[in-house]
Amino acid sequence: MADSHHMIEIKNIQKAFNGREILKGISGTFEKGKTSLVIGSSGTGKSVLMKCMLDLIRPETGEVLYDGRNFLTADDEMKKEIRREMGVLFQGGALFDSKTVAENVSFPLEMLTTMSRGEIKDRVVFCLERVGLADAADRMPSEISGGMKKRVGIARAIVMRPKYLFCDEPNSGLDPLTAITIDELIKEITDEFQITTVVITHDMNSVLTIGEYVMYLDKGNKLWEGNSQTVLQASVPELDEFVFSNYALKTMRDDIRSRK
Amino acid sequence: MFEIIGEFFIFLGKLFTRRETPKVYWKRFIDECVTIGTDSIVIVSIVAFFIGAVTCVQTYANLVSPIIPTYVVSNVVRDMTLLELSSTFMCVVLAGKVGSNIASELGTMRISEQIDALEVMGINSASYLVLPKLLAAMFTFPLLAILSGFLGIFGGYIAGTLTGIMTPDEYIYGIRYSFIPSNVMIGIIKAFVFGFLIATISAFKGYNTKGGALEVGQSSTSAVTNSCIAVLCADYLLAELLT
Repeated sequence: MADSHHMIEIKNIQKAFNGREILKGISGTFEKGKTSLVIGSSGTGKSVLMKCMLDLIRPETGEVLYDGRNFLTADDEMKKEIRREMGVLFQGGALFDSKTVAENVSFPLEMLTTMSRGEIKDRVVFCLERVGLADAADRMPSEISGGMKKRVGIARAIVMRPKYLFCDEPNSGLDPLTAITIDELIKEITDEFQITTVVITHDMNSVLTIGEYVMYLDKGNKLWEGNSQTVLQASVPELDEFVFSNYALKTMRDDIRSRK
Repeated sequence: MFEIIGEFFIFLGKLFTRRETPKVYWKRFIDECVTIGTDSIVIVSIVAFFIGAVTCVQTYANLVSPIIPTYVVSNVVRDMTLLELSSTFMCVVLAGKVGSNIASELGTMRISEQIDALEVMGINSASYLVLPKLLAAMFTFPLLAILSGFLGIFGGYIAGTLTGIMTPDEYIYGIRYSFIPSNVMIGIIKAFVFGFLIATISAFKGYNTKGGALEVGQSSTSAVTNSCIAVLCADYLLAELLT
């Protein structure tokens, strides 16, 4: 049984597609109230790992424990209960095209709770204000920008007061300033509501600013884990190459080395 | 082939397990009735009217004989319309309109992770998205078949009387002559079955889309093609069973 402080535990997750191994026995712990990042280059299995954790893809072997409850072997009722404790921000926002921003956010409440219309409205207004989109409530997803879609996605993810928040590439396709805003929002929400947040990303800016726990994946293997403070000193060549692929960081590192 | 058929039946099973509350389905059912039924009225009306008119003109052109009474033309228009045109032909047209709409809608939802979003909320996405479409198709297709039957016969009347093929009285006499009421029911049953086939096949294709925009297009095309084939096969089976 996992320690209740360790909110999400994954053990020996393995997944292959058409005989090609994508995840080779990934284990790790994502703690409550921390922003945990799973990083790695494209195609290393980060999103597959997240989908395995959400049981959208069934891994060949392994366990995913939410407060000690094995999600993959849980019965339908237990699974439903755990799912209601999750919030997910998908890469493109995954907003329902036929619904307004407010309807998108209120959707989980209408479907999964017995709250009154007034209570739902109040909660939606609160969540939209929290992500800074109170004035966009009546707009359609097609009428808002990519960054706004991500923020609506975050609002929808937190509307059910989740214990666990998953974000798949929250910064992809965003300009640097909007990306920082999204990162800060995720961090603030994690701290404010004390939720366990798992962020899938390859953005080094996110790693350095919000990475309280960082897991590095390479070719389906977990090669390193640490945090934003230790990532720059890691002695793993693959991670070193990944981290310093950023031009500014590479220049900074070369500068420091030349001074030595 | 057998694998796909097996997956199709598993998919059908998913529609009826872990269902949401009736209130949720009711609202979605009404929305789908509008999309599938009401929005198809114009195309069904146009197609039915002209097919009825063409059937009348073509039948007359091929039945020029002093021993065949003119009212036989409207007699043929009636039976053709009720038995085949208002159900089968109309459903082939609807397979193009409704089938491609269902497949592309679900395919887009799949590739943009909207279906995954429903699943992680603990909602049975197949049941939530597809069941209302299926019920709406099975409810509105027979109604559209009735409309189509009426307009087809009306189209024949307009074409027959305006072009001087026959008088209005002759046309009405032919319509009433040796009328078998159960033919109306056969058309309605056919439309009901075709509604089921088009909605489920198109939804199956769209729901299982993998890839991107190109694959959504392919799913849509495949949905229409497979629906048309299924409709025609079912048409033959129903003709054997019901007549």
